[in-house]
Amino acid sequence: MECGVFFTNYKADMALRRKPLQKVRLALFIAFVLIFPFFASPYWLNLANQIALATIGAIGLNILVGYTGQISLGQGAFMAIGAYGAGLMTARLGLPFWAAIPIASLVTALVGVIFGLPSLRLKGLYLAIATLAAQEIVAWLVTHWTSLTGGTEALVIPSPKLFGMRVNTDFRFYWIAVTMAGLTALFTANLFRSRVGRAFVAIRDQDIAAEVIGVNVYQYKLLAFAVSSFFVGLEGALLANYRTIISWERFTLDTSILYLAMIIIGGLGTINGSFFGAAFMTLLPAFINTVGRSLQTSLPAVATILPSVQQSIFGIVIILFLVLEPEGLARLWRNVKDYFYVWPFSY
Amino acid sequence: MEKLLQLTISGLSNGMVYALVALGFVIIYKASDVINFAQGELMLFGAYLAFAYVAQFGLPWSIGVALTLLTAVIIGVLVERFVLRPLIGEPIISMIMVTIGLSSVLKGLVNAIWSPVPQPFPAFIPQDDVYIGPAVVGEDRLIAIGIAVVLLALFTLFFRYNKEGIAMRAIADDQQAALSMGISVKRVFAVAWAIAAMTAAVGGIILANIVGVSGEISFIGLRVFPVVILGGLDSVPGAIIGGAFIGLLEAYTGGYIGHGLDLVIPFIVLMLVLMVRPYGLFGKEIIERV
Repeated sequence: MECGVFFTNYKADMALRRKPLQKVRLALFIAFVLIFPFFASPYWLNLANQIALATIGAIGLNILVGYTGQISLGQGAFMAIGAYGAGLMTARLGLPFWAAIPIASLVTALVGVIFGLPSLRLKGLYLAIATLAAQEIVAWLVTHWTSLTGGTEALVIPSPKLFGMRVNTDFRFYWIAVTMAGLTALFTANLFRSRVGRAFVAIRDQDIAAEVIGVNVYQYKLLAFAVSSFFVGLEGALLANYRTIISWERFTLDTSILYLAMIIIGGLGTINGSFFGAAFMTLLPAFINTVGRSLQTSLPAVATILPSVQQSIFGIVIILFLVLEPEGLARLWRNVKDYFYVWPFSY
Repeated sequence: MEKLLQLTISGLSNGMVYALVALGFVIIYKASDVINFAQGELMLFGAYLAFAYVAQFGLPWSIGVALTLLTAVIIGVLVERFVLRPLIGEPIISMIMVTIGLSSVLKGLVNAIWSPVPQPFPAFIPQDDVYIGPAVVGEDRLIAIGIAVVLLALFTLFFRYNKEGIAMRAIADDQQAALSMGISVKRVFAVAWAIAAMTAAVGGIILANIVGVSGEISFIGLRVFPVVILGGLDSVPGAIIGGAFIGLLEAYTGGYIGHGLDLVIPFIVLMLVLMVRPYGLFGKEIIERV
């Protein structure tokens, strides 16, 4: 659809934003992100923080699933490792949060490599089941290694401190969350313009062909697990510092499924899709809740079935997207852009 | 000795429930190469349907169970027609996610129609104690083992002698060839889902008899993965032996080691099997090496 777009040097052709309109859209988006917290209510700030954090995790999972084609049901486990890692380092060892978060992310990357080992022998279905087992084993460890994690009791950590200021409000945390989400997106966008990223995509498209053209499949698969789990761990660590209370219920198989749903609804193998999916899956339950609350005054029965309705709608949304638009919101957004690019002569 | 016998019987009866659920799983995988993450929820739905027919509508249990099986068949066919068929030929992740979505819908539906509070199941299977040597065993557990064994034997025969069963094996073997021999793949997929939903309902009823109806039932769906991987994803005898093995393993670890280790041991076995012999004990060795 990009008619009339041509460049006379490679640098312009390789740019992340190639068209003036793209630059305008990006500038508008950044401006919105910067202005938003000054006008938003605490409710919306909380949602924005959740979206920003979920975006980091969704991009992480997308690197593995969408770009490298390795199905993982272990997202919850990786987040748990990031969260408990950062939490324990700040609560027990007294490390400042800006040191604990990167260390926890690196630890998660390492664990990710270990969980990635089955991917050297298995793929598709079998890999999904292997990561499912890994998820269950980590969940069991977290709840039963009581001396380290406190078991099923919640772990409470002090709120992070930055430049001598307690980051204990949604407004203050917003800047951390948004900065990290932005850096994650920027890093990933650049990753897939590099040799490493292209190797990931080659493995997804045809692993045998990738090997033939000189991609070390084993090495790059493990690297994909490492990079992906690094960001997932980063989200877990940030989440721990945002909530300041960590409990294992946040990191069950349901979490893994939620993030898979995010990237499928958003669009596999796209960065803006990860953001769309994260936003959609965060806003949808909030929206259903609001509607439910407003109905509650006239229909008191709504309150009791609200969680069940949410669960059903969650499933229906996944099924509808898979059946009707398997490429997700990112594709819908592209359709909209394409439509207006040549509007009103769209033939 | 007494403890060993006790653990063996309870392990076996759990194992047979696993085997029943695993059977539905294997049938779907055999016919259509789809891993059904909603098997546990189909079971949950079956249990609640029986609960509704027998306890809430007051039907005699024979009619109640028959109606449950009939409803399960209808649900299975509908699911195949409207959820799975549009996705034929899509990548594996879509297949996995669509059944996960389905499980979410079913669980939400069950919780919305019947409250998530656990309720006692109307016991139509006698629950008296039976003495086998020194061990005391609930009669319901023995009957559960009996029903499971009979059903599993029936399905083994079905795949060997019934035309529909043979057609299913043909499709599993080579879809193109089966099509050109005049087998309707759509029909066989629908039959597979109907059978899977039915076995899940039977498993659900048996389990509800032992533990009562609650959301807990659907967790069995996850515990079935070690069973099917151990036995082989496409093997009916594998489902039985895998089920018995995992059931016994859980019972023994729970009884002799404790510390909640019985909850995780099946998954450790699963990891080991995947590493050493991914096609399981009885599965066809066609897994693609990476």
